[in-house]
Amino acid sequence: MAADSRRIAGRRLAPEDVFGLLLVLLLAWLVCYPLAITLAEALSAPNWSLRHFAEFAKRPDEWHALWASVWISLATVGLAAAIGVPLAFLFERTDFPGRRTLAALVALPVVLPPLVGVVAFLFLYGESGFLSRAVQAVLRLDAPPWRLSGPGAILLVHAYSMYVYFYLFTRAGLARLDDAYREAAAALGAGPVRTLWRVTLPLLRPALAGAALLTFLTSLSSFSAPYLFGGTFRVLTTQILFSRLNGDVAMSMVETSALAAVALASLFFLQRAEARREAVERSGGLGGVRGIAPARRRLGSSRFLVAALGWLLAVWLLLPHATLALVSLVPPGTWTEQTLPPVLSFANYRSLFSEPERLRPIVNSLWMALVSTAAALAIGTGAAWLAVTRRTRGRSAIEALIGMPWALPGTVFAVALAATFSLHAPWAGRFVLVGTAAILPLAYFLRGLPLAGRAAFAGLRQIDPALDEAAASLGAGAGRRFRRITLPLLAPALAAGASLAFLTALGDFVVSIVLYTFETRPISIEILSSLRMQEVGAAAAYGILLALLSAAAFLLWGSRTDSARGG
Amino acid sequence: MSEHLAIAGLEKRLGDQAVTRGVTLSVGKSEIVALLGPSGSGKTTILRLVAGFETPDAGSVRIDGEDVTRVPPQRRNFGMVFQHYALFPHMTAGENVAFGLESRGLPSSEIRRRVAESLAAVELAGLDRRPVAQLSGGQQQRVALARALAPRPRVLLLDEPLSNLDPTLREKTRRELQRLIRSTGITTLFVTHEQEEAFELGDRVAVLNRGRLEQVGPPRELYENPATRFVATFIGRASVVPATWEGPRGARLASGAVWPAVPTAGVTDGDSVDLVVRPEGLVFSPDAGAGTVEGRVDASRFAGRAAYFDVALPSGEALEILAGPDAAPVGARVFVRPAQGGPLPRVYRRSGDDGG
Repeated sequence: MAADSRRIAGRRLAPEDVFGLLLVLLLAWLVCYPLAITLAEALSAPNWSLRHFAEFAKRPDEWHALWASVWISLATVGLAAAIGVPLAFLFERTDFPGRRTLAALVALPVVLPPLVGVVAFLFLYGESGFLSRAVQAVLRLDAPPWRLSGPGAILLVHAYSMYVYFYLFTRAGLARLDDAYREAAAALGAGPVRTLWRVTLPLLRPALAGAALLTFLTSLSSFSAPYLFGGTFRVLTTQILFSRLNGDVAMSMVETSALAAVALASLFFLQRAEARREAVERSGGLGGVRGIAPARRRLGSSRFLVAALGWLLAVWLLLPHATLALVSLVPPGTWTEQTLPPVLSFANYRSLFSEPERLRPIVNSLWMALVSTAAALAIGTGAAWLAVTRRTRGRSAIEALIGMPWALPGTVFAVALAATFSLHAPWAGRFVLVGTAAILPLAYFLRGLPLAGRAAFAGLRQIDPALDEAAASLGAGAGRRFRRITLPLLAPALAAGASLAFLTALGDFVVSIVLYTFETRPISIEILSSLRMQEVGAAAAYGILLALLSAAAFLLWGSRTDSARGG
Repeated sequence: MSEHLAIAGLEKRLGDQAVTRGVTLSVGKSEIVALLGPSGSGKTTILRLVAGFETPDAGSVRIDGEDVTRVPPQRRNFGMVFQHYALFPHMTAGENVAFGLESRGLPSSEIRRRVAESLAAVELAGLDRRPVAQLSGGQQQRVALARALAPRPRVLLLDEPLSNLDPTLREKTRRELQRLIRSTGITTLFVTHEQEEAFELGDRVAVLNRGRLEQVGPPRELYENPATRFVATFIGRASVVPATWEGPRGARLASGAVWPAVPTAGVTDGDSVDLVVRPEGLVFSPDAGAGTVEGRVDASRFAGRAAYFDVALPSGEALEILAGPDAAPVGARVFVRPAQGGPLPRVYRRSGDDGG
């Protein structure tokens, strides 16, 4: 009866329709246009032909990079699922001492910038890392016991940072699952194993599919780990950068197009999976399913074993960052051959805040992240309000454009923006922004837009449209309804979205490495150059600072978990 | 009773499906009218069209002669109680009630006074600082009512106001609701799918079926003189058996028995008709006299001083009969005839469109 209850206005071209169309144009210019320019440059240098694509197809190293991107991502999905799913069952279905604290710790990697994790791994497991030195000293070896490089190292980092997606999605899926299904299966004579395979896992399938595709996309766009640990092993994201460094711009455009194509194809599958999930949620399963919290099984004598293993896991998860914290306390030039650092002090942190050139990246990262997040929040909320509440024309285009950057690897956007905004042609919508202070905030904004925007869309959809109608029937106009009803109810979702956008911008490495200038260099770039200059302590101190800022932002605004994307 | 709210020829289409078809209804000053119908009959859509949340494709809504069909809801000054109350979850009970008063730009002292007054009227005095999530279902319902009434609206609209309460609370709340609406004297239109609710609260009841208004009238008139076969079967209990109309003699059933009946509009001699008969319009007969039909008791439902008996006829139809609880055992062969002095069966022209 009230199927289309959100529509209030009639069908003529209302003011909000004009805003909607303007928004579509703006988003098309910022999101689609740079991608089109990228494709055009791949096809047209120096004149229109498929020459560069043909060359891409002929060169084995290109094929290797493409194949490496795909297989690394698939393997990451497998590893992440193998860790994340059992963990989710453990934390959602059982109870043991320390479960709550551990459950929060286990989700920690999602908050930390990918680059920080990678650097932490380097300090722990790398050739001159803490653990390697310890093993070398204990076994009295002449050389480090292993080298942290190649696909194995990349997979290790990926598994460490991305099992969280499976963990969170599976937990959310399990929490939503009505216990009546399990009881019904038990009443029909199914044992726990049969219930798991025939009832629980099939019902979780949409959640698992969502986690798998999110992990796949994140892994596909992963840059920090392949860049620092890849060595001669190249995936597409690193291959693009090396092509650019070698001056082979046309080839880098082809590679970028290939990466974007793989990512968009994955998004297509993701959205199909999500549509299925939403269909299931909307129908509420079958009939009126009541949300009964599944009963937790209190583990018997095994609970202490589980607790011990859990805490061991927590230590393993925290070890890289503990190492990072330790290294950040080592003053420059004091730690050479010893297994343990001989001197610890806050010298590195002091220099970070006392030397203007070292403080600069911190200030840069903060202001660029704040500005880009504020813009993403404003545009994302406006778009969601126009599309969901006002049901303006072009609403499906708006939502698609807002969501699109989410699927595209940061490298793709960085290369596309660099190509588009490096020449002055106002009549074609192109301006020289590369080399100015505007380009990085713009790139961060585009990466944050889907995070803030999707949160706003989802948040608005959860608000009962009857609340808006109730306010209208009480005499409140559109502006007052938005201020007094919509915005306060939307605030938690917006805070969560903003925190994700802020985290992404603050810790960004993948976009920054393509677009930064010396004046606007962010923390991540400074970490890299500190590493290059052997200023290990300074790099670690930056890393810890970044981790602390990220954790603070996360705790302040967004305890709600959503899909964060790394680079 | 002077006309206050006038709905004329309301049409609303969703896609190529008509949700309401030419609904015309007028509600008098201080009158309470119930919109009653099965789900999908268009009753909620009519309420939303009156409230202004949707715009009709044709027809008009007038209040005191003023055409408000295209006036947005915030300028209609119609109070509305939503099915799930739609209380603002981030506000207290008092802030919810104050919201509509603030919209009208009243001074804050006046707002405070009227919030207290409105909450007191629904017996929630002193709960104005309570977050709405901490109120019981019945209290939430009353806050919703207080919120709708506080700005002194011209019309009160209620969408299934009692459907969210558990049955034990529903009857009590219904009485309170009635008392409150009567005491304010506000013109009220409310939607329900429960006959009992419509009959108890409504001065008049408008029965809707498939977007069409079937009949409007006081409850008793609907029960005693249902205008259509749908109303006859939807309001109260009734059995339907096919028959042939034989003019003044009555209706001939498949068994050959002829029962006296009241013809409705359009029934002429020789027509195939549906004979609709209330359970209290039938009695058991001790023998196979004239005008009896033979059948077998399939089931009985005990209902205190009486019981309902399902009697299966050889033709395949069934009759429901109200009689003493010991009138006939299940499985017995019985004879049934119309009760003398009971409500007469009514006959309706057979047409596929009426459904039921």
